[in-house]
Amino acid sequence: MQQPNRLRPFFENITFDRDDNELVLNFGPQHPSAHGQLRLMLHLQQEQIVKSHPDIGYLHRGMEKMAENMIYNEFLPTTDRMDYIAASSNNYGFALAVEKLINVEVPRRAKVIRMLLLETNRLMSHLFWLATTALDIGAMTVFLYAFREREYLMDLVEDYCGARLTHSAVRIGGVPLDLPDNFLTDLRKFLDKLPENIKDYEDLLDQNRIWKMRMENVGTISKEMALDWGCSGPMLRASGVNWDIRKEEPYELYDEVDFDVPFSDKGDNYARYKLYMEEMRQSARILYQVIDMYAGTSPELMAHAPKFISPSKIEMMTQNYSLQQHFVLVTQGMRPPVGEVYVPTESPKGELGFYINSQGGPYPYKLKMRAPSFWHTGILTDLLPGHYIPDVVSIIGTTNIVFGEIDR
Amino acid sequence: MRAYTPKDDVQKKSYYTDRYYVAPQVPKFDVETDDVFAADLKAIKAKFKVSEAYIQVEQMVVYINPKNIHAVMTLLKDELEYNQLSECSAIDFIAARGGFEVFYQMLSMNKRKRLRIKFFIKQDEAIQSVSDVYRSADWAEREMYDMYGVIVKGHPFMKRILMPDDWEGHPLLKTYPLHGDEFAQWYEVDKIYGKEARSVIGPEIRDAARVDRYDTERFARLGHEVDFGAKFDENQAETPIKYQEDEGVFMIKKLDSSESVTITDRDR
Repeated sequence: MQQPNRLRPFFENITFDRDDNELVLNFGPQHPSAHGQLRLMLHLQQEQIVKSHPDIGYLHRGMEKMAENMIYNEFLPTTDRMDYIAASSNNYGFALAVEKLINVEVPRRAKVIRMLLLETNRLMSHLFWLATTALDIGAMTVFLYAFREREYLMDLVEDYCGARLTHSAVRIGGVPLDLPDNFLTDLRKFLDKLPENIKDYEDLLDQNRIWKMRMENVGTISKEMALDWGCSGPMLRASGVNWDIRKEEPYELYDEVDFDVPFSDKGDNYARYKLYMEEMRQSARILYQVIDMYAGTSPELMAHAPKFISPSKIEMMTQNYSLQQHFVLVTQGMRPPVGEVYVPTESPKGELGFYINSQGGPYPYKLKMRAPSFWHTGILTDLLPGHYIPDVVSIIGTTNIVFGEIDR
Repeated sequence: MRAYTPKDDVQKKSYYTDRYYVAPQVPKFDVETDDVFAADLKAIKAKFKVSEAYIQVEQMVVYINPKNIHAVMTLLKDELEYNQLSECSAIDFIAARGGFEVFYQMLSMNKRKRLRIKFFIKQDEAIQSVSDVYRSADWAEREMYDMYGVIVKGHPFMKRILMPDDWEGHPLLKTYPLHGDEFAQWYEVDKIYGKEARSVIGPEIRDAARVDRYDTERFARLGHEVDFGAKFDENQAETPIKYQEDEGVFMIKKLDSSESVTITDRDR
């Protein structure tokens, strides 16, 4: 005898007859290739999708609410949990927004270290993307190869800040630590080998018949559609818009390094795949240049702004006033001026923007996180109809969404 | 007597503010200092009423009348080359001014400029959807409704987006406590067992992640496992279980644990 409760009603009382033969399929929220807690309600005619409704919110932790109840420095580690594949990019986006609000310039060595972290994170994120997408399509080997390289990068970041996923390696006003002794040598060693590795992946995938069938002319996004849906990053560049915030609105040291922005006008999965591969090469190119920049910098790591940023350890331990100031900044928090700021940065997934509205108090009055994946999930509403069920997996794969930042 | 706490803003407050402290302002610049923005503002002003406009942190902020939002967005897209709506959300000013400030964050790739359209609405006022101008407003407006309860007219699929459909209240309102209101705290219990089960379950075991070491049928703390069905009372001492094979550890042939020494001197 069935025991009915509110979650399990008597299914005998529900009729499933419909006039048409349209089937409603629930894809997720627990599905290995949904890249997290994505639920898609797909209306199917045979195997073809006619309507799709992405349903999100299964990982909603209310970060924007938390931000309104935390002092600025306290909130920074929470941003790790947005795009947890490349945590430093989120830390950086938030730190930069607050720095713009309080108008603080970061010392050059901190900038160099931030650049190293940002680009290492981009490589980690792209390698992770390649591994999981290839695995979704069925290419197990690529997964193992790419994770091997990603592991090396995670070890590097671990050498720097002690964490592998949730780095919190950026502070408002600089970085907390200098690089460990062998960091740059190790990084260079990794970069020297990276082109070979990327070539290995491409040898496995580029002309692979299955890969091409699943990728070519699947999930084609037109230029208008990409712009209309607020796409950014590789999703936008694969659709023929040459727009990279690092290039167009340079922040940090991106105006001093030499790199190209790859873009394609095909707009399909395969174009996005090629873009990710090329972006990895460009990241390596940036990293080589940043490694050389490190040597000429003076050792300051944190900006000097006594009203907002704690003094250095040595000042704190020797000067009474610095200690008092640190005490106030830790217990009460900094009080930025009244105003608002929106700062976009190019995270590995696209435009990551932080909107902060400050009313002069130690807590943000409103903090809105513009996460690229949110819009890249929204586009599935218009993108999936017309495709077949197996295409859903490869399309979700190449949109490179991560649920930490969609649900926030 | 309990101290009075204001109910219109229950968010965390600083425990100390210097009473002579006057918060400084992020500098605002005149729009005329930037040619591109000045031209844009002129085009907007030619058709619509602009109550305030300035440049703050390299971006222009324009305050318009909420009734004009759809027409302004159409103008921005079709004539002023603002081809992306990056973000749109509301800010809760109910306690201070009785309404919301809504902002639309725009991007023009050709001009490399970012612009913010803002307006103020009363709490019960509805706004016009712009999702037919910019498709990205579709999800942004749904989130705005979900988080603030701002009603959007003419939206094709006005449903909650992050919270469950049957949720009560709008979490980002300043009147909504950080740890959730009563509805939020009992949401799972009410939904699965019904409201009448609240008193049976009680607030202390509402938390599904709570671990009770006396609960022998589900989980106990690691290293403190108890036998299935064993009876325990609250006063009993903790019984950590040492993991050890019956025959002693494999490969260690002669070990007398009574003779083993715990080293305390680390320099030995």
